[in-house]
Amino acid sequence: MDKKSQPKGNKKPRTSAPEQNPDERKKNFKEVSLGYSPAMAQLEASRCIQCKKPKCVIGCPVRVAIPDFIKQVAEGDFLEAARIIKESNALPAVTGRVCPQEDQCEKHCVIGIKGEPLAIGKLERFVADYERLHREVDVVEIEPSTGKKIAIIGAGPAGLAAAGDLAKWGHEVVIFEALHKPGGVLFYGIPEFRLPKEILEAELDYLKRLGVKIKVNYVIGKIKSLDELMHEDGFNAVFIGTGAGLPYFLDIPGENLNGVYSANEFLTRINLMHAWEFPVFDTPIHNHKTFAVIGGGNTALDAARTALRLPTTEKVMLLYRRSREELPARLEEVEHAEAEGIEFQFLVSPLEVQGAKGWVSEIVCQKMELGELDSSGRKYPHPVKEGPFSLKADALIIALGSGVNPLIAKSASDLKTNTQGHIELADPDINLTSRPGVFAGGDIVTGAATVISAMGAGKSAALGIHRYVMEIKT
Amino acid sequence: MFKILGKEFLASQVFRYLIEAPDIARKALPGHFVIIRLDEVGERIPITISDTDPATGTLTFFVQAVGKTSLEMSLMSVGDFILDVVGPLGNPSEIDLFGTVVLVGGGFGIAAIHPIARALTQAGNKTISILGAQTKERVILEEEMKNASTEVHVVTDDGSYGTKGRVTNILQSMIEKEEPIDRVIAIGPLVMMKAVADLTRPYGIATLVSLNPIMIDGTGMCGACRVTVGGEMKFACVDGPEFDGHAVDFEGLLNRLKSYVPEETEAKEKYLQDTGGACRHVETSRAT
Ligand SMILES: Cc1cc2nc3c(=O)[nH]c(=O)nc-3n(C[C@H](O)[C@H](O)[C@H](O)COP(=O)(O)OP(=O)(O)OC[C@H]3O[C@@H](n4cnc5c(N)ncnc54)[C@H](O)[C@@H]3O)c2cc1C
Ligand SMILES: Cc1cc2nc3c(=O)[nH]c(=O)nc-3n(C[C@H](O)[C@H](O)[C@H](O)COP(=O)(O)OP(=O)(O)OC[C@H]3O[C@@H](n4cnc5c(N)ncnc54)[C@H](O)[C@@H]3O)c2cc1C
Ligand code: SF4
Ligand code: SF4
Ligand code: FES
Repeated sequence: MDKKSQPKGNKKPRTSAPEQNPDERKKNFKEVSLGYSPAMAQLEASRCIQCKKPKCVIGCPVRVAIPDFIKQVAEGDFLEAARIIKESNALPAVTGRVCPQEDQCEKHCVIGIKGEPLAIGKLERFVADYERLHREVDVVEIEPSTGKKIAIIGAGPAGLAAAGDLAKWGHEVVIFEALHKPGGVLFYGIPEFRLPKEILEAELDYLKRLGVKIKVNYVIGKIKSLDELMHEDGFNAVFIGTGAGLPYFLDIPGENLNGVYSANEFLTRINLMHAWEFPVFDTPIHNHKTFAVIGGGNTALDAARTALRLPTTEKVMLLYRRSREELPARLEEVEHAEAEGIEFQFLVSPLEVQGAKGWVSEIVCQKMELGELDSSGRKYPHPVKEGPFSLKADALIIALGSGVNPLIAKSASDLKTNTQGHIELADPDINLTSRPGVFAGGDIVTGAATVISAMGAGKSAALGIHRYVMEIKT
Repeated sequence: MFKILGKEFLASQVFRYLIEAPDIARKALPGHFVIIRLDEVGERIPITISDTDPATGTLTFFVQAVGKTSLEMSLMSVGDFILDVVGPLGNPSEIDLFGTVVLVGGGFGIAAIHPIARALTQAGNKTISILGAQTKERVILEEEMKNASTEVHVVTDDGSYGTKGRVTNILQSMIEKEEPIDRVIAIGPLVMMKAVADLTRPYGIATLVSLNPIMIDGTGMCGACRVTVGGEMKFACVDGPEFDGHAVDFEGLLNRLKSYVPEETEAKEKYLQDTGGACRHVETSRAT
């Protein structure tokens, strides 16, 4: 090939990252995507045309300086790239893996107009993984102690991001977590094959080195109220990042049969309680053969692919009431699920769960068709004329999203919430609630959203808290 | 880590534990429960808090050794540590001046009814407690219940102690004698709570039962503990555990409690094999 006909930066195809083979991986819980090697990362980074006004950055909720870090990758200075990302994103090893990049940064990348967008997520992941494996025992720079104490409620991405910044600024930070492991959805929801727990552990270690204390088994609203934290335990400010963990059910007959699980229960049994290692671990999961999963988001896909990996599973169907195009899950996960053999059934909505001897036996469903656009801008599904049909299954997982947990709001009547129970912000720029000194962010405010938006909210709340406790006027 | 400060064998397979847990002790009220996990591979099981001492920072609860986890716990000794104790969870029992309250406790349910009886008596109610057990050996906390209630009746299935029969017999005769009853609270095996609710329903006597579905997190996150009450789905951990006994779908709950029987049996048998017959140990560990 002569030089002229060689494709220029933006026309080069996207560098693909190696993956575990589908037939192999559907039998194990190891990570599916294996990530770039340094050479692959540099090759991919070289496709970036370093836009003067980078559109990609606009697509990123926390505004990672994408061209700047990519430039460092292209030049081989991976640690510098990591430093640049971490200025705005506390957990790049996580977001590089779980952000819906095709709807965020990569959606806006200009080279995606004519060709394939830059693999920003994969590069972010590579940089973060490289740094984790190669960093010298880091000397974390912590500012002198301010003598201020901050309580963080909930150890999900919102709480962890807030804690990191606040600790660096010299505040004493204590995280209270209801479960016995910190991480929120990153621990109990997103499975190992998509986000290895080891990565989360490394991030938690980092927080501990910053001096953050994590108290597990602490359900705020039960063991302590907000008032007690602030008036008795001397916390100068509180951040609420308790997420949206209340599972929705379908409200159809048969939902209480054995073999029906909320996605939260199913994933918690596996991820938090290790039920797949029963009886070495004490928490069981029943041996099912055929799973039906209802939903189309990341939660539904995670549940379906987890079910597929259990030893007695023969078949997993995913029932979604719209079409493939409307699936809210990350595209990469949809492709992975298809390759692994999840049977997608589109335009299908469940009407009833039928049982035999107290256990699920069949799901009665209705075929749907898409009509006019609804308020979310997606085509609304309507039942078609033909009557219902049945699918045989011995387990049903319901993954319809979740509402917010009312525990904290119940214990603090002066905290304003909206009709759905989400905490209302008095000042959204700094995530301040209706109550002085109490800040909130993540899914508890927005409803089920994304990891990166929760972290973004945690960071902006951290800034608000810092100004509040230091009495900095703006 | 939560230290076991005391352990006592009460009746066949029922043990009393005293646990160091100052923050929970300060907050717990009658009706609250905790979720415990013994070790890194352990499961999370719900246990009712029976007593607290905020001054010494301790909790008392009673565990019946029925399966793997409770058996394993029955082999733990004073000085050992429980990895996780979360609580207080659930809603506390409603304590108010109702008039005459009948408290029905069956099996280890007596341990759960004890703090409620005491609080209701202190609140000025006439409290009539009916304690039921299979045999004399299985009647627990009789003395404590006497101190906590206005009146106590004991019933055994085999008549080896107290009145022979069922707790519902006593309740029935009270109703027949038209003694005023303003409220009934029943805690014990599901079939007992159902029988009590069935008995009081025609008379319209307010009846509360404390449900014990399988739980995982205990904070409303997993939905494993869902029960149908008055045709609506409720999560026992955050909406309960006490519910209107006349509205509870007991059949549905009974079915859901069977979900893991094969796995629980497998775990128990494996555990018994590994430990060389913990059951024998349980029966002989009176000395601890
Ligand atoms: C299965 C699944 C897959 C997902 N996949 C993706 C994905 O691929 N990409 C993506 O961007 N997003 C994904 N999401 C969404 C994303 O995980 C959430 O938006 C994000 O975790 C929200 O973060 P958070 O910090 O607000 O809350 P959470 O992560 O929910 O954390 C809240 C924490 O608070 C604790 N808590 C709750 N109440 C109390 C209390 N009273 N006291 C103390 N602690 C309390 C909880 O135990 C929990 O640990 C997924 C969600 C699920 C469920
Ligand atoms: C709110 C609440 C309060 C409780 N309080 C107490 C208490 O104070 N003391 C106590 O000993 N137990 C109590 N329980 C029941 C206790 O949680 C179970 O006995 C425990 O899970 C048994 O664990 P295991 O591993 O020993 O037995 P498993 O192997 O899990 O079960 C053994 C047997 O017990 C049955 N079982 C399992 N879970 C339950 C359950 N939740 N309720 C009833 N039967 C069950 C199984 O069907 C099986 O036959 C309570 C349960 C709830 C929900
Ligand atoms: S944080 Fe997410 S959206 Fe932002 S650059 Fe990274 S992968 Fe893209
Ligand atoms: S838009 Fe694409 S090409 Fe432009 S700077 Fe961002 S990543 Fe690079
Ligand atoms: S135990 Fe999980 S919701 Fe009640």
